[in-house]
Amino acid sequence: MDIRYYIFLSIALFVTGIIGVLTRRNAIVIFMCIELMLNAVNLLLVAFSKMHYKALAATNPTAGTDGQLFVFFIMVVAAAEVSVGLAIIVMLYRNTRSVDINFLNRLKH
Amino acid sequence: MGITEILFWILAVASIGSALMVVTSKNPIFSVIWLIVTFFTISGHYILLNAQFLAVVNIIVYAGAIMVLFLFVIMLMNLDKNTEVQKGRWMRLIGAVAGGCLLLVLVAGLRSTEARATQLGTGDIGLIQNLGRVLFTEYVVPFELSSVLFLTAMVGAVVIGKRDQTGRAAVATAAATTAGTLEAE
Repeated sequence: MDIRYYIFLSIALFVTGIIGVLTRRNAIVIFMCIELMLNAVNLLLVAFSKMHYKALAATNPTAGTDGQLFVFFIMVVAAAEVSVGLAIIVMLYRNTRSVDINFLNRLKH
Repeated sequence: MGITEILFWILAVASIGSALMVVTSKNPIFSVIWLIVTFFTISGHYILLNAQFLAVVNIIVYAGAIMVLFLFVIMLMNLDKNTEVQKGRWMRLIGAVAGGCLLLVLVAGLRSTEARATQLGTGDIGLIQNLGRVLFTEYVVPFELSSVLFLTAMVGAVVIGKRDQTGRAAVATAAATTAGTLEAE
């Protein structure tokens, strides 16, 4: 499989996440779009890891392992980020009774 | 075109379609469910690339833990109504155009990259035997640091979610429990 198809697929997923962040006002949906962008990057890392493995498997039988471990660590960090981020969103909801980000411009003042 | 290529195209169309549904759904609950569908198709891509460990971890951590946490928060906050005020039409249009410009630039820039093949279906670097050996030899320090990170996230979720000694800490406790479960994994 050509690596470019994976590049284009990941670009499409990433841009979908960016459009979601730019066009939605619900903080939780924006958070989910960030998860979507993280997953697009993960998919591209795994595809590159297999490309690297195909090129170097003859000399190094574990080539490309690093890429998959990076994906693992990205998942770890994403899980921690989600637990803290959702706690912040819940706290914002308690204080403002809304998760609309247009009401959360108080940090400007 | 072999069976793996056909599967790749089916999964690619499904993942892009469900990602678009995440963005366009009015109801946040539907967004969560479409995002779970997206994660399952991405896990399908991992299986096609023979990265079985990551496919299983993706389903357990993302679709199993993180998305349940999202659903939990949405249901606790009564957001399952169509109460979201939409951005103005021009703002949405501008956002979509900005994203489209990024898509255009990235595709145009990477269109002429060298055509190198990835390997579908074979190769055993994605199996847990290889990944576990490397994780516990070369990457053992980041692995232990990630456990400290989880502990920090757990404490942070509790501290942020706690409100002046009274109740209402259920969500924070749930977040902390999920972080603890993930750490145990």
